[in-house]
Amino acid sequence: MAEAAPEFTPVSLITGFLGSGKTTLLQRLLADPALADTAVLINEFGEVGLDHHLLERIDARTVLLQSGCLCCTIRGELADAMRDLHSRRARGAVPPFRRLAIESTGLADPFPVLTTLHADPVLRHHFRIGNVITTLDAVNGAAQLDRHGESVKQLAIADRIVLTKTDLAEPAAIAALHAAIARINPAAPVSRVLPLWHAEALAFDATTLLTHDAFDLAQRSEAARDWFAAELATAPRHHHAHDRNRHGADIEAFTMHFAEPLDWADFGVWLTMLLNRHGERVLRVKGILAVAGSETPVAVHGVQHLVHPPVHMRAWPDAARHSRLVFIVQGLSPDTIRRSLAAFLRLPLAVPPPVSAP
Amino acid sequence: MCALCGGLGGGDHWTDATARPGVFSNAADPLQRRRARARRIASANRVLAAYAMRLADWQGSAYILTTATGKRAMVDDLAHLWTVAETLAARPCDPLDTALLARLEASDG
Repeated sequence: MAEAAPEFTPVSLITGFLGSGKTTLLQRLLADPALADTAVLINEFGEVGLDHHLLERIDARTVLLQSGCLCCTIRGELADAMRDLHSRRARGAVPPFRRLAIESTGLADPFPVLTTLHADPVLRHHFRIGNVITTLDAVNGAAQLDRHGESVKQLAIADRIVLTKTDLAEPAAIAALHAAIARINPAAPVSRVLPLWHAEALAFDATTLLTHDAFDLAQRSEAARDWFAAELATAPRHHHAHDRNRHGADIEAFTMHFAEPLDWADFGVWLTMLLNRHGERVLRVKGILAVAGSETPVAVHGVQHLVHPPVHMRAWPDAARHSRLVFIVQGLSPDTIRRSLAAFLRLPLAVPPPVSAP
Repeated sequence: MCALCGGLGGGDHWTDATARPGVFSNAADPLQRRRARARRIASANRVLAAYAMRLADWQGSAYILTTATGKRAMVDDLAHLWTVAETLAARPCDPLDTALLARLEASDG
């Protein structure tokens, strides 16, 4: 027998616009021997399970969801498929998998998929959210960001971004897309993927893409530091006047610091109240917090209305034991959010410490 | 499930997460959990006062939200609290509302 299944199976969500290369990415991932223990759930959109036929590996672990758009109609079906997979693994009817990847339909707001994982009374004891991987098409990506709000949202909530079709795009277009990513989601690492048949398709680190996730903050505090460094490095950008017609021009990333430990109850009251009223426009929030009464820092990580279970980090990422929060918001005033949190916490905002080089 | 009210238990909201490996929880033991609930209620009441509402514990498993005019509702967790509060107050409870912030800032002075 192989190793026992992990207590909480991490789930990676692969999202991206229609035709943005999600299937290409999945094919690459499934071809990688390091990910042989990854089960895959594919959402079929339309009458023909086209995506399904394109995948190389169709076995008992690939379950085809039949009823269209993942975001609105089949949260129940997604939950059923995952429960079924879980129970078949427990009975030994499928090979033991240690990770699950879900491919969402191109138009889907990925958010309800994440809530299904949190809300289902069975699933939440067996699965946890790993990371959100968003594919972005280097040829059409900029136009999609201009025209479709979902596309901006998919990009903003990504933990990792994968550029596809870079072999077909002009270098200038790729550079412009990188600039757009830096504004909408500066902290997400960007990688590129090409189809298997492509001459330059060899170098691709599938393991890193799937396995380094939010829970790593507990293990790898340098990862957390890097991510704040990325946010801070791009912060001055946001003071420039934006062209309102540019993709996601009303999206802003900003940080907040507190030198004193904060009260967990006050923070909870504030963030739940903020997300209740403005969750749609809080594309993401991440924080490393000094909580009164806790020796080690606590990492919080939220996407729109959803906040993941807070993670106990083993150590501080650097010498400055400041609470720090990064927000990516759409159409909300950073200054008002700063003032609001300070008022709720009854703490003064601190000046950010200098960024230590990663 | 609660046999009296039929409510499904175990909400596991992030502000009140169940203690398990790697997850931050201030409910490691019953005493700590009670203390955290009391803190949470006090903290919420500081804000709810601006809307003439009060939150109280219900059996250590839920909360009761009451308005000045005596309307009341059960609440499971903090996420649920704000949707119910907005319904009872018949207006949005917005933490970015400058009047609310001015009030909170003044109360600290």
